[in-house]
Amino acid sequence: MPSFTEALQSQVGRKILTGLTGIFLVLFIIFHLGGNLAILGEPDAMNRYSMFLHDMGPLLWIARIGLLAVFVIHAWLGISIWLRKRKARPNNYAVYSSKGGPSKQGLSSRSMAFTGVVLLIFVIFHINTFALGETQTVMIDGQETHDIKSLVIDTFENSALYAFGYAFVMLLLGTHLGHGIWSAFTSLTLSSKKASAVVYTIGVLLAIVLAVGFLFIPLYIYFGGGCDAALINCN
Amino acid sequence: MSTMTINLKIWRQKNSNDPGHFEDYKLDDVNEHMSFLEMLDVLNENLIKEGTDPVEFDYDCREGICGSCNLVINGRAHGPKHMTAVCQLHMREYNNGDTIVIEPPRAAAFPVIKDLVVDRSAFDRIIEAGGYVSVKTGAAPEANLIPVPQDTSNIAFDYATCIGCGACVAACPNSSASLFTGAKIAHLNSLPQGQPERDKRTIAMVNQMEKEGFGDCSNFAECEAVCPVGISIASIAEMRKDYVKAIF
Repeated sequence: MPSFTEALQSQVGRKILTGLTGIFLVLFIIFHLGGNLAILGEPDAMNRYSMFLHDMGPLLWIARIGLLAVFVIHAWLGISIWLRKRKARPNNYAVYSSKGGPSKQGLSSRSMAFTGVVLLIFVIFHINTFALGETQTVMIDGQETHDIKSLVIDTFENSALYAFGYAFVMLLLGTHLGHGIWSAFTSLTLSSKKASAVVYTIGVLLAIVLAVGFLFIPLYIYFGGGCDAALINCN
Repeated sequence: MSTMTINLKIWRQKNSNDPGHFEDYKLDDVNEHMSFLEMLDVLNENLIKEGTDPVEFDYDCREGICGSCNLVINGRAHGPKHMTAVCQLHMREYNNGDTIVIEPPRAAAFPVIKDLVVDRSAFDRIIEAGGYVSVKTGAAPEANLIPVPQDTSNIAFDYATCIGCGACVAACPNSSASLFTGAKIAHLNSLPQGQPERDKRTIAMVNQMEKEGFGDCSNFAECEAVCPVGISIASIAEMRKDYVKAIF
């Protein structure tokens, strides 16, 4: 019998781990979208949310490190699957097409490696812009905290590159999740045909909702919504 | 009875060291009732008459049960029809003047022997790793001594219909052998006779699949689409379930 770590490195283990980390990341981005949408709420909702997270102290760091580990594992597994695939078929077909029917081949499934790598690069820029970006301070309930809201608004209001770049990458996120959500559950041994069809539909719908939710905010701010949302520091 | 002219673009490769190339052929008077392989027989007859090397391709039963034939036709394993092996494909699926591209299954684990014939012994080695039930030889046991519920028997039979043609590997963008291995594991693991060696079998076959150089499964489900007997990707889920059970 292989040890647990050996099992994790087998083809089955890698796939299950990809699915588990993928589902974890989807849950994370659902929460992330919730945080983003706070920009549309009460004027200080987003900064309050940011303050709440910062007040968690060491717990926040545990969550951050855990999230980073899950992200790195997921990306590494995806890249290694792609590298193995190249090794497993050194000579490509001159003509290749899907047979349709039960096949899930399509733009979403065939572009997983590409969309995944773009998302990986995006996340590095994204963290640099917002998590490590310089913020002003703002007073909430007599406590000084980061004015993350102004940073978000300034970033998207003044740069078409940022606004449209973000929106485009969020389309790629939706494309990644279109196959990814169903695939994750399938890797976690979902086998019933009926359940599979339901999960596939829910997966695609969730992918659309997440992509639209995320890309809406930069475009909304770029096209002037920032002024309404900011209330603060807006002419 | 209508006849047609078919243009063929066929992969020719002398041996595993030859880089290989496509060769164009034109075949007149193709009868619509011919099977695809009969059409290739006619081509080969012409080639032999011309004094050139005929096109090597694998076949045996020509009735869709042996799993010998496995051609990739216009980019699809076993051609355009669902649940149909190449030997059961007929020329009536094509039109006069069509160009048909024929390639061997392409996978590092299936090296080309010649032209369209590939070495699929990697599958044999996956079976050798655990795709069997060990029994003591001697007098054949009474078949009904071990009761098998009908629905279990049906499920096992569905998986047992895998003919091992390798179309799943040919069509998978990752050249994964998960459908084949999954079907074989799910077949034996669903039956009472398969229980004693269940964990050992699952681990050994999954390990061997990787050792042979097949790629990872990315849940494209293209394998199910091309499978001439319609094995479901549920077999892959069964393999994963049994693998997890074997570890814990």
